[in-house]
Amino acid sequence: MKQPQRIASGGRIDRAAPLSFTFDGETYQGFKGDTLASALLANDIHLVGRSFKYHRPRGILTAGSEEPNALVGLRRDEGQNTPNLRATQIELYSGLDAVSQNRFPSLSFDIGAVNDLLSPLFAAGFYYKTFMWPQSFWNKVYEPFIRAAAGLGNAPRDADRDRYANTYAHCDVLVIGSGPAGLAAATAAAESGARVILCDEQREMGGSLLHENDPSVAISSEPAGQWVEKTLADLAANDRVTLLPRTTAFGYFAQNFVALAERVTDHLADPDPRLPRERLWQVRAKQVVIATGAIERPMVFPENDRPGIMMAEAGRIYLNRYGAKVGSRVVIATACDTAYHAAIDLKQAGIEVDLVADLRPDPQGAAIDAAKAAGIRVEPAMVVTGTQGRKRVSKALLGRVRPDGSVVSAGSIACDCLLMSGGWTPNVSLYSQSRGKVVFDEASGAFVPGPSVQAERSAGSCRGINGLAAVIEDGFEAGEVAAKAAIGKGKRPEAPEVSGGEAGSGGTLGALPHDRDAARVRAFVDFQNDVTAKDVKLAVREGFQSIEHIKRYTTTGMATDQGRLSNMNALSIASTALDRTIPDVGLTTFRQPYTPVTFGTLATTSRGDLFDPVRQTPIHGWAEEQGAAFEDVGLWKRAWYFPKPGEGMHEAVARECATVRETVGLFDASTLGKIEVVGPDAAEFLNRIYTNPWLKLGVGKLRYGLMLNEAGFIMDDGVVGRIAEDRFHVTTTTGGAPRVLAHMEDYLQTEWPDLDVWLTSTTEQWAVIAVQGPKAREAIAPLVEGIDLAPEAMPHMSMQTGTICGVPTRLFRVSFTGELGFEINVPASKGREVWEAVWERVKALEGCAYGTETMHVLRAEKGYIIVGQETDGTVTPDDVGMDWAIGKKKADFVGMRSLARPDIVVSGRKQLVGLLTDNPSVVLEEGAQVTQEARPALKTSALGHVTSSYHSPALGRSIALALVADGRAKTGSTLYVPMPDGPIAVEVVSPVFYDPQGARLDV
Amino acid sequence: MLLIHCPYCGVERPEIEFRYGGEAHIARPAEPSKLSDEEWAEFLYMRTNPRGLMAERWRHVHGCGRFFNAIRDTVSDRFLKVYKAGEKRPDMKKLAAEAAQ
Ligand SMILES: [Zn+2]
Repeated sequence: MKQPQRIASGGRIDRAAPLSFTFDGETYQGFKGDTLASALLANDIHLVGRSFKYHRPRGILTAGSEEPNALVGLRRDEGQNTPNLRATQIELYSGLDAVSQNRFPSLSFDIGAVNDLLSPLFAAGFYYKTFMWPQSFWNKVYEPFIRAAAGLGNAPRDADRDRYANTYAHCDVLVIGSGPAGLAAATAAAESGARVILCDEQREMGGSLLHENDPSVAISSEPAGQWVEKTLADLAANDRVTLLPRTTAFGYFAQNFVALAERVTDHLADPDPRLPRERLWQVRAKQVVIATGAIERPMVFPENDRPGIMMAEAGRIYLNRYGAKVGSRVVIATACDTAYHAAIDLKQAGIEVDLVADLRPDPQGAAIDAAKAAGIRVEPAMVVTGTQGRKRVSKALLGRVRPDGSVVSAGSIACDCLLMSGGWTPNVSLYSQSRGKVVFDEASGAFVPGPSVQAERSAGSCRGINGLAAVIEDGFEAGEVAAKAAIGKGKRPEAPEVSGGEAGSGGTLGALPHDRDAARVRAFVDFQNDVTAKDVKLAVREGFQSIEHIKRYTTTGMATDQGRLSNMNALSIASTALDRTIPDVGLTTFRQPYTPVTFGTLATTSRGDLFDPVRQTPIHGWAEEQGAAFEDVGLWKRAWYFPKPGEGMHEAVARECATVRETVGLFDASTLGKIEVVGPDAAEFLNRIYTNPWLKLGVGKLRYGLMLNEAGFIMDDGVVGRIAEDRFHVTTTTGGAPRVLAHMEDYLQTEWPDLDVWLTSTTEQWAVIAVQGPKAREAIAPLVEGIDLAPEAMPHMSMQTGTICGVPTRLFRVSFTGELGFEINVPASKGREVWEAVWERVKALEGCAYGTETMHVLRAEKGYIIVGQETDGTVTPDDVGMDWAIGKKKADFVGMRSLARPDIVVSGRKQLVGLLTDNPSVVLEEGAQVTQEARPALKTSALGHVTSSYHSPALGRSIALALVADGRAKTGSTLYVPMPDGPIAVEVVSPVFYDPQGARLDV
Repeated sequence: MLLIHCPYCGVERPEIEFRYGGEAHIARPAEPSKLSDEEWAEFLYMRTNPRGLMAERWRHVHGCGRFFNAIRDTVSDRFLKVYKAGEKRPDMKKLAAEAAQ
């Protein structure tokens, strides 16, 4: 198939490798080495998208990552369609399937284009103005409209099937950008002996030299392209150098931490499934050289946004690098010399270049002379004042700029492509990200990097150095200096002889003069966000003074290019309107990411099962084999309940609860946090950390410990056993272990460094097997040795050491169910073995294994709190009726002083109570509000909320715990839990529903 | 991600190994019960929250486990000095002057 705009030979494409691809369902041909943009242009396609706000037809504007218009969606399959990719960066592969965006039903006929006719409605700040009143319109009118109109492209529907990798890297010198400055810097640094990473967002390294065809441009008497090849070959041969093409440095963070996104497989038709799609490089560089070049500025004239209107250098890139002609009859509008190179190259390729309209009154120089010599008509003091052509530019309106700045019409000229160049803007994005402050260079009219804040330097045209020889020299110097700073030695390679490639001059900023009705024309500043020169002026008229406010009000510079194309023009327009100088108004800050980054690259491997570590107990496999359902508790997988065939959760939990109360149940408590507290001052330390008294706790005794933070609020609880005079076995809540250890370490290290105590986390060293129920003793009796289980030898809240099944154990007599209970602590490696032995006994006694849900129900029946469920960081011991846990004679403990603060002793605080619904089958919703009235008036405060709620098999009805203001005094009264279906009446009762005397514990 | 120098390990390690511990040099009163409510509230809740240099506690939680102190500039997010727990607060004016150079 033909590619009508492809030149016969030349360019860096592989003409031996034709590829077919589709755009909006039509099939086209391109070549390996094309971008989607160059292949579309070779097929004479300019119209590729609709603009964001006005849905105006838009074409390809640039040849780089700053492209604002040519955003397309790429489809591989449902999980792999990617919206908003820049066609200028997409490498062509066989079968590539691209679709245009922001149009319905089709690109050439788009209903949303009606917005263009309604443009007066969409002026700057239209969101703020249009959608203000009335309030009732928000839900029904404004929000649906904004949602329908907002956003580009369509997000994928399915989960992303691709893999994303992550690499940490360290280097002496990171060079960002591989144009002449970057290549020179990398070469100098590498030859100095530094470890170098050189990255570039493009497929090929070489930057502007990749399209430098001018035979008069030579480096070391060789064409520029050969110097690139040779330099890259030398770098590739150096094993201290890592070359990363297709890799965008998107974030410059503190201490020279730079994030790179490498596109590994996006350019392949049939990627190896073993490869990741993208790779995140987290680079810590001793020194960074930023060599990101300069970006050509659009000219702001009316209707400057039609398809076929492009940047001049882009026209040259498509021709020289990709062999694609951007038009057949080309007009060039410029204010600087570089556009003349485009004029000459296009003319030489046989394209009619009918006019170079130069804004400047008297442009002079070698480039201008060369263009004239090539027979190109050059008109000074000429400006484009408008364009025509619906889906492609067809005519440019011309004006003559008179010495007083006014413009008179100079007729029009037909064209199918209009190239423009307003000059060059140094690309200071990454310098700005490094927190450097740009300074305004009056001579060049550009912002350039100021002093370095981090260990970095800019080289080449990103810091305003122009001309090939100067840029290469600047790169060598930057590489040498960076290496010197990083490794202590630097070497400057001998500067190659450079001919040609001289720096041009010229450039313009802001809106250009014209002779049209200013109220009726639109000259675009930010193409992607559809911001016009008028919008910026309007923002100033409406009182916006700060450039940061103007940016947000108009949205100029807030598109994916972050204003790399538009900022300087917008700034110039604003500064004129504000009647202040450009440096006085100042540039907005560039932020990460440089270009959009996929979520996959940022998440890397932290997805699905790998999102968080999974913690499993030694008993986990057994529970799995038994068909347990699991729940997540922090990072732990805990057995939730053990359904028998045909049982749902409700039936299983009811059976498990009844079995524990009647015979015996087996529960895996291994997730409990455990800390070994050892040392001569261990008891004194615990005495200060917990509310309870510890000094007199006998060896072999257990105590329930309550821990407060310094503000007096409950932060954790757990049973503590005294193993020896100087050794305690501390348990914490499952989720609280790291927090408690950190809290203990904090006080031990920073407040009481004089205490001789050691803290060791032993959570994972112990398996904990809870045996609970009237037959618990009977269950374990045959298995233990060296332990006297008799009630008088081992009463409730005591412990003994010995063996069980021949395994050393710390056996605790403790209960979280209200029944006779033991917790068998054994080394984790023996956990399952002991568990299975105990299980055989439990089975023989017609007991069962139970999970966390049954544990919750049984403890709620007893009114035992769970920290984090009954407490929320604002709850004191008295609030939950646990004053008994406070050592009354203690002079001090963490949080004690706060318990006497006025807000803590005040009456009316929320207190833990039980709630019984009038209807015993109604189970309240946890978190539901509790109120005085059945139907409280609006804005009435709730008395409190439900903290725990279950069906209780022991009581044969629902039970709930709640925190209620002044709750204990309300015992016996009726309160309400208002729900969407109506209020539920509840009676306030004691939080202990079952065996309030504790008789069942004492057996 | 910041690099933080642990004065105990003597090495620079990434921020994820550390846990922030709030303002430094706020000693727990020796006898809290002797403090008025106002004095106790001052100790509990009031912090300087400076714009500029701040002495703060960090813990090398995924390393040696030790608490230490650091002087960090809350504007630039740069660490100017780290020192062991128990050591005196450095001369902040001098540090600020050095940092300004
Ligand atoms: Zn350390």
